[in-house]
Amino acid sequence: MNADSIQFFQQEVPLSWYLLLSAVLFALGVVGFLIKRNLITVFMSIELMLNAVNLSFVTFAHQWHAVKGQIFVFFVMVVAAAEAAVGLAIIIAVFRARSTLAVDRIDLMKL
Amino acid sequence: MNGPLLFLPLIPLVPFLGFLVNGTLGRKLPKALVATIALAAPLLSFLIVLHAAFLVWAGSVTLPVIEQGAPVWISAGAVHIDFGSVVDPLSLVMLLIITGVGFLIHVYSVGYMAEEDGYWRFFAYLNLFLFFMTVLVQAGNILLMFVGWEGVGLASYLLVGFWFQKTSAADAGKKAFIVNRVGDFGFLIGIFLLLANFGTLTVTEIAARIAANPGMTGGVLTAISLCLLVGATGKSAQLPLYVWLPDAMEGPTPVSALIHAATMVTAGVYMIARTHFIFDRSPLALMVVAIIGAATALFAATIGLVQTDIKRVLAYSTVSQLGYMFLGCGVAAYSAAVFHLMTHAFFKALLFLAAGSVIHGLGGEQDMRKMGGLRKHMPVTFWTMTMAVLAIAGFFPFAGFFSKDAILYAAFAQGGLGTVLWFVGLVTALLTSFYMFRLWYLTFMGESRDPHAHPHESPWSMLCPLVILAVLSVCGGWIGVGRFGAFLAPAVGRHAAESGAGSLEIWLSVLAVAVAALGWFLADRLYRQRPGSAAQVAAAVPAGYNLLVHKYYVDEIYSMMFVKPLLALSKFFLEWVVDIAILGGLAWLLGGIALLGGAILQRWQSGNLRSYAAWLALGAVALLLFVLVPWTTVLAGFGLHIGMVGH
Repeated sequence: MNADSIQFFQQEVPLSWYLLLSAVLFALGVVGFLIKRNLITVFMSIELMLNAVNLSFVTFAHQWHAVKGQIFVFFVMVVAAAEAAVGLAIIIAVFRARSTLAVDRIDLMKL
Repeated sequence: MNGPLLFLPLIPLVPFLGFLVNGTLGRKLPKALVATIALAAPLLSFLIVLHAAFLVWAGSVTLPVIEQGAPVWISAGAVHIDFGSVVDPLSLVMLLIITGVGFLIHVYSVGYMAEEDGYWRFFAYLNLFLFFMTVLVQAGNILLMFVGWEGVGLASYLLVGFWFQKTSAADAGKKAFIVNRVGDFGFLIGIFLLLANFGTLTVTEIAARIAANPGMTGGVLTAISLCLLVGATGKSAQLPLYVWLPDAMEGPTPVSALIHAATMVTAGVYMIARTHFIFDRSPLALMVVAIIGAATALFAATIGLVQTDIKRVLAYSTVSQLGYMFLGCGVAAYSAAVFHLMTHAFFKALLFLAAGSVIHGLGGEQDMRKMGGLRKHMPVTFWTMTMAVLAIAGFFPFAGFFSKDAILYAAFAQGGLGTVLWFVGLVTALLTSFYMFRLWYLTFMGESRDPHAHPHESPWSMLCPLVILAVLSVCGGWIGVGRFGAFLAPAVGRHAAESGAGSLEIWLSVLAVAVAALGWFLADRLYRQRPGSAAQVAAAVPAGYNLLVHKYYVDEIYSMMFVKPLLALSKFFLEWVVDIAILGGLAWLLGGIALLGGAILQRWQSGNLRSYAAWLALGAVALLLFVLVPWTTVLAGFGLHIGMVGH
């Protein structure tokens, strides 16, 4: 390996790239949340947004050498796991009751 | 202050103290104590006034006394108004009448009101009245006078409606108050005009300002005096605002005597005499005063001819006599008017108190048709009343003769219109004599017309004031208008006719007495010699008789012209504007806002998950924009400087 390539590999990925990725992921999540009709896809979009945020947390934690951000990521993961458990249960209940998962048709609290 | 102390501020304050004590604690105090407090207050005031009068008589005090260093009430720019008292001959005479006659009537009331539940209330109001009346008379400026003026109106309202459980009494109180409001409005405009034109309300200053300006006649002074006249017609029950006084007889009889005969209703005359320097500069206003006075005198006397309620006869008689005083003022014979005011206070208070004694003795009966023959049962009342009747009819040498004669002579001496007014006054004297002797015959002469009546003489606490007033009614005029006028001259000026007691005046007096005798003779014919003939006379002219019995339908006309339209308007305003438009409209508006808001917000709450999400996203975007965009810079780029004007 020549010096240039060593320098290339020793070089860190710039902060902005992580943030850009995070933003793109978050935007994808938002768009998915807004335009998808299937309840499960909407649910997945939420997970996508959560993880986009996790990414930016980690990025900043690394940048500022602060461990708080990383701890926060764990909290988010726990909440996301719990949310997934409860959310999927609700989705199954909704499907059983309505026989559909199209969000546009699930607009009433009671049957 | 130089010279001996006069204790002027105490004259109103002592009755006020009596009012405070009786008004707050009276309910719990025994009647004897209430009466003691109530009597002590006017007595003390009377003694203070007597003391002042004695000092004046002895020459150690020269009038007018202007109290110095009184507390300031209003001080705004050049306008300076204080609580100062002024005592000049005019107010000294008034104070003597008010506190003296007032005290006698307080004494009378102790007996008259002995059985009443509201004993303490009655005396508290009576003391309150004396407080305001003395303030009115003593006030050194017209605004303070107005306070007293309104205050006596309040006391009058409270006392007329003393038996407020009775609808007629409560209504009469309201009527007195509202009609007086009309007059007071004129008075108030007059005060504003004075303030606008002279920049002060102190009587002496206005007088000096006018005296220093000999060319100042008519114009604004006419406007001011006519406005003041409107106020005077309200308080002194002159045409066209006299309607409240006959109804005010619903109050207890001592009240009728004190407020509605002797003192309060003469406040209008006092006010005109007090501001005579304004009236003197306006011949038109003086003429209006004289015409109103003469017209009222005749008008009220004709109504008095046919009344059957003993107190109403006296009420119309009061209106009529006040008309004489206005006539006197109108021909600029102010001291004659005040002279008549004084003698009238004596004999009319006596008439009312004697009538009250009759009513008391008959257990509340006021209808003269059910009286008769009381001479034997109530000798003291009969004899004192006789003195008063002779005095008001104008027989020599009773008090009424001198004062009425002075006014009539002053009117006659003026010539022209004055001669007409003199003739009206003479006819009124005939009518006065007739209706007073009619009352006298119906009440005391003949046989009792009510078999169930058990008349009895009143207690001595009531008869003592009668006797004292009877003496005053006989002797009160002997001082003579000449000397009286000379005493008053510094305050009200001098009328040319008052000094010249020529043969003309003697002939006029003889004529007046002859007319009074004619009135007596007619009453004697109709009510003693042939008792049924009065009804025959009435039947002969049914139209005229009905007109008089219904008091010229003035109450009905006022009701049609003012009361009913006003009531209809108020009803309309209350029902449609206040109730439906304001209250209903407000409720409708609030409900409408809630409904409309609900209808709009309801569309938002669609239940559609994606719409919620879209709003959420929009909100997040808005928040981001708000935080991230450097607004101050952006707006500065547009040339706007929010919150940074001038930088």
